[in-house]
Amino acid sequence: MSTLKFHYKVDKTDFTRAGEASSDVKGKLKKMGCDPEVVRKVAIAMYEGEINMVIHADGGVIDVEISPEDITLVLKDKGPGIADIDKAMQEGYSTASENVRSLGFGAGMGLPNMKKYSDEMKIETELGVGTTVTMVIHNT
Amino acid sequence: MTVNELAEKAGFETLNLADGSDERTISGIYCCDLLSVAMSKGFPGAAWVTIMGNINAAAVASLTDMACVVLAEGAAIDEMMVSKAKQQGITVMQSPLPIFETAMKINGLLNA
Repeated sequence: MSTLKFHYKVDKTDFTRAGEASSDVKGKLKKMGCDPEVVRKVAIAMYEGEINMVIHADGGVIDVEISPEDITLVLKDKGPGIADIDKAMQEGYSTASENVRSLGFGAGMGLPNMKKYSDEMKIETELGVGTTVTMVIHNT
Repeated sequence: MTVNELAEKAGFETLNLADGSDERTISGIYCCDLLSVAMSKGFPGAAWVTIMGNINAAAVASLTDMACVVLAEGAAIDEMMVSKAKQQGITVMQSPLPIFETAMKINGLLNA
């Protein structure tokens, strides 16, 4: 299997479409015969990232690279940036609005889930500029 | 027990019966309304009991490979969830009972 690359655009504040990119990647990985646990890890990590982009930033873009060794997800937004990464990484800490909570999100599990389900995660963020989250999941 | 058997025996209203539900085995029951928690803790094959009848719940059920969604408390379902469930092949049922009683009913059928 050679390296495959996919690019997705995540629309701003469109909860109805959030999850489409993750579903698409999940379907592709399944078809490629990836290990179901790897598929699950990618689907969860990417969906949480997608939801974060919709909740906190004005959407963004996701680049997915699938190689025989790894699946790399790069989620890039031009949102407000993360003021306190340590706090954001704590389970239960959330800055989501009431409206977002009423939809069942905002439990403060987004970034912790992303870290839990990826094998490597890197967050680059700058206030007022945006955030880039890179996640690597080993394709074993 | 398969999803199809649950739909037949539980007496819940079936809002969408996915293809292959006669072969999809229920591995257990999972109850939660917070989607990020369900995303993390929901397990493949689970009958997921929740009151979240929105499109995002369908996405969570699909991404975590849960076997079906059972909306408790007669929770309202929006049309977009139905179409997403159809598109993603997720069986959705609706129970008039509260979450605990709904889960207990399923549990009774699983252990019958």
